[in-house]
Amino acid sequence: MRTYLLQSITVIVAGIFLYRLLDLQVLNTNYQTLSENNAVLEIAEYPERGFIYDRNGTLLVANQPAYDVMIIPENVSPFDTLSFCQLTGISKKQLIKNLRKARRYSKRLPSVVVNQISKETYARLQEQMWKFEGFFIQKKSLREYRTQHGANVLGYVSEVNNNDMRKDPYYRLGEIIGRQGVEKSYETALRGSKGKKFLQKDRFNRIMGTYKEGSYDVPPVPAQDIQLTIDAALQAYGENLMQNKRGGIVAIEPATGEVLALVNAPSYDPSILVGRKRSANYRKLANDSLAKPLFDRGLLAQYPPGSPFKTLNALIALQEKVITPKTKYRCNKGHYYARGAFMECHCKRGTKNDLTKAIYRSCNTYFSNTYREIIDKFDTPEEGVDQWKEHLKSFGLGNYLGYDLSIGRPGHVPGAAYYNRAYQKGQWKAPTIISNAIGQGELLTTPIQLANFTAAIANRGYYYTPHFVKKIGKDTVANQLERKTTSIDPEHFDVVIDGMHKVVEKGTARIARIRGIEVCGKTGTAENFTRIDGKITQLTDHSIFVAFAPKENPQIAIAVFIENGYWGARWAAPIASLMIENYLTGDTRRPSLEQRMLNGSLEEEYLKPISGQPFVINE
Amino acid sequence: MNSNFRLDWLSLLLYLCLVTIGLVNIYSATYDEAATSFIALRSPMGKQVFFLFLSLGAIAFILAAPFKFFERFSSLIYLVVIILLIGLFPFGSTISGARSWYSFGVMNLQPAELAKMAVALAVAKLLSEIQVDIRRFKSLLQVGGVILLPAFLIVLQPDPGSALVFGAFLFVLFREGLSTPIMLTIAGLVVLFILTLVAPLPFVYVSILFVVISLYFFSKRVNDKTPLLAYILSVLISIGYVYSVDYIFNEIFEQRHRDRFNIVLGKEVDTQGIGYNLNQSKIAIGSGGWEGKGFLQGTQTKGGFVPEQHTDYIFSTIGEEWGFVGSAAVVLLFTLLILRILGRAELQKNKFSRIYAYGVASIFFVHFVVNIGMSIGLVPTIGIPLPLVSYGGSSLLAFSLLLGIYLNLDGNRLNETSF
Repeated sequence: MRTYLLQSITVIVAGIFLYRLLDLQVLNTNYQTLSENNAVLEIAEYPERGFIYDRNGTLLVANQPAYDVMIIPENVSPFDTLSFCQLTGISKKQLIKNLRKARRYSKRLPSVVVNQISKETYARLQEQMWKFEGFFIQKKSLREYRTQHGANVLGYVSEVNNNDMRKDPYYRLGEIIGRQGVEKSYETALRGSKGKKFLQKDRFNRIMGTYKEGSYDVPPVPAQDIQLTIDAALQAYGENLMQNKRGGIVAIEPATGEVLALVNAPSYDPSILVGRKRSANYRKLANDSLAKPLFDRGLLAQYPPGSPFKTLNALIALQEKVITPKTKYRCNKGHYYARGAFMECHCKRGTKNDLTKAIYRSCNTYFSNTYREIIDKFDTPEEGVDQWKEHLKSFGLGNYLGYDLSIGRPGHVPGAAYYNRAYQKGQWKAPTIISNAIGQGELLTTPIQLANFTAAIANRGYYYTPHFVKKIGKDTVANQLERKTTSIDPEHFDVVIDGMHKVVEKGTARIARIRGIEVCGKTGTAENFTRIDGKITQLTDHSIFVAFAPKENPQIAIAVFIENGYWGARWAAPIASLMIENYLTGDTRRPSLEQRMLNGSLEEEYLKPISGQPFVINE
Repeated sequence: MNSNFRLDWLSLLLYLCLVTIGLVNIYSATYDEAATSFIALRSPMGKQVFFLFLSLGAIAFILAAPFKFFERFSSLIYLVVIILLIGLFPFGSTISGARSWYSFGVMNLQPAELAKMAVALAVAKLLSEIQVDIRRFKSLLQVGGVILLPAFLIVLQPDPGSALVFGAFLFVLFREGLSTPIMLTIAGLVVLFILTLVAPLPFVYVSILFVVISLYFFSKRVNDKTPLLAYILSVLISIGYVYSVDYIFNEIFEQRHRDRFNIVLGKEVDTQGIGYNLNQSKIAIGSGGWEGKGFLQGTQTKGGFVPEQHTDYIFSTIGEEWGFVGSAAVVLLFTLLILRILGRAELQKNKFSRIYAYGVASIFFVHFVVNIGMSIGLVPTIGIPLPLVSYGGSSLLAFSLLLGIYLNLDGNRLNETSF
């Protein structure tokens, strides 16, 4: 027995060892992961975010380098917080808060602890990095704006929040995502796709080189540059003209649907939303509930279109053959459209207008009659209104236009269903809804819808969906767009265009005349209301102007909308005219008008409703 | 060499396999991408290769030595080694807290490694003498003295890890007739000694109580007549022993002794007391999988996460880079070698040869169990090398001599009659 003791023990021990090894190495896969966490660092490689150019190739948005201090909470061992805070300039309180946040997010995945340290801090910290186990520095790039304009089109980027990460697992804490504007709409093209790089670490957390010669690395997919349809010079000019006013300008190239300018006033310099002051600045913008610089009026403001809408009613009437260009109506400073219901007009008593005259004189009477003819052409007003609505839909009204920015409003075109709800079925007729004739009432449009239907008129019956991006990388967007034809036959447009031309030549918008350029336009005013102390109060009308030029082979269609600017020719028409001239000639020959518009301010008007004093409107 | 010499080719082959595995993994564990030459004499790899040639030469020389040479000169060899051990105190040089080395420029020699061989020879010599009977108390004292003297000198260096290896001779004494109670008592004392150093005291006390109470109830079942008093006494003696070991360690030992113990017990790098080295070693081995990550591909090895990886933790490199296949192969090679030597030992007609071979197998066994056991977390951390595989010139040379003498004795097995 004694002779076999050691032999037996040896065999037993060998068996135990083999079992233990089998368990450690093969059955239990924990150690593999532990080993990788221990010795392999996975870092993301970000492609540089794509540049943004204007339609002429001017660089608007580029990148600048920045450095983030990152941690992987699992790997952090106790470190000298005091020296860390001194090196990075972060407060201890903030550090603790950030560490807790990182731990809550994930123990395994890297999070940002200190955001955007300077190059100098980076250099100093890099030398001391070995002291801070679990920390590393990641280079990233920030947006650098080469323009002070077009913030609403460009949008901005910011760090992803929990919501973004939930929605798209691509994103990790500390990464950036496009918000608003083309940064948001073209996020995937602009960001490219991050790659992965695996590095071998030693026990001091120092990087020793690539892991397995980079055989597991995934190279990043480069981002694509974007060329906007925006003309940077025109955009800047528009923003300058809109100083001290509120409102929006939308300019479209009719032949392509390319948006040349989308001005929002007031605006802000996009570079204030970059870097460490980002959140403070953003809060300031977001909290400005009066001027609302983040509210993109060109896309979001919905108002009754007013007189410009008459051109559409004229076209529908011609298409429905309820009038001809020669049809005349008599106006007596207005007319009774129903018993006891009088609609005023600024035509002189006894004026007889044909269609052209009715347009350039903006005759309410003429369009009331025309509108009633359209509705009454059908057996029931329901059919009439719905037919009318169908025509308007073909101009892109009453629904989202489908352009390539993420924000918008559908506007509103009332139909039979709407009126059956509002009144009772059979309880309404053409006179009930007569305000539609002159673009008032329940109609709502956004400035970009105005610009779009103006472009459709300029094109004599078709449009391309407005869009803000011309090229993504090397792909041209325009080739993929489909021409949308309106329900109006092309031959009906000339007489309406002629009327619009005369609006500028001898009608309500003579101020918009440009020598040598045939401008077609239509002024408008939109009544608007606000609630002051719970009481609905009328404010000064919005000043509206739509136009395109030149009359033949139009290059630009534009809608200008000035909040509380009173009548159309007061602010909107001259601004539109200056924009057109600037775009077509690159210059202005009317310096005094330009100065008046540049320096004109409506701030007093905007103070009225918040002054708490009684005030007079439309003065 | 005598005409009837029969070389144990299998053991020699196993020896060469283990040495080769050792070199490959030392190369990997100390691999430095920046180094220019393949093997510089100053690099660990260079030194190891140098000692390998020295060892092979020594084995050849030993094989050529006449039969009975080692039996005759065993006392002298023992004496020389004891002198070498004593000579360390005035002349030795201190490396990582222990005065265990004679320094010859680049090379260092560690007599404690040679002491294993010397004690194996001396024990074999003593026990093979006719008037010595291990069952007699006087003989036991004699043999105990032969084993404990060098162990004691080594503890004083202090190198408790190497000293512990002398516990291996318990197997030899047991084989040669040491009574079971004494054997159990000594083994118990050794286990308690280690336990006291690595585990908290209350835990040790509770363990003692638990074991003794279990034994008591077990003995009742099998109608053993040992009185209750004996159990109570053994508990008291154990507790007193543990207490005095603890007291000696904490109160009488100087800080440098304690530091050295802590190095051996792996507490040095593990300042947070969370088993850092064991954990890293387990991660390295565990991440190897079936086939390992491949030569020079171990991330843990490259990153230097495992302390002492080319010496005491060489097995973690094997585990990581060669996986289960590689580490199981090493376990099997050792098992085979130990079983082979034990098997051959029983075939010896000469009592000296048998006892010596048994000693060799026991020493290999203790190193094998403690080293691999600690690498995979089955045995408390005790810093002793894996024979023939770990980096260390003295260790390689000593194990080569140990094995070489066995080969000589075994080869001359048939010459016994002619003498």
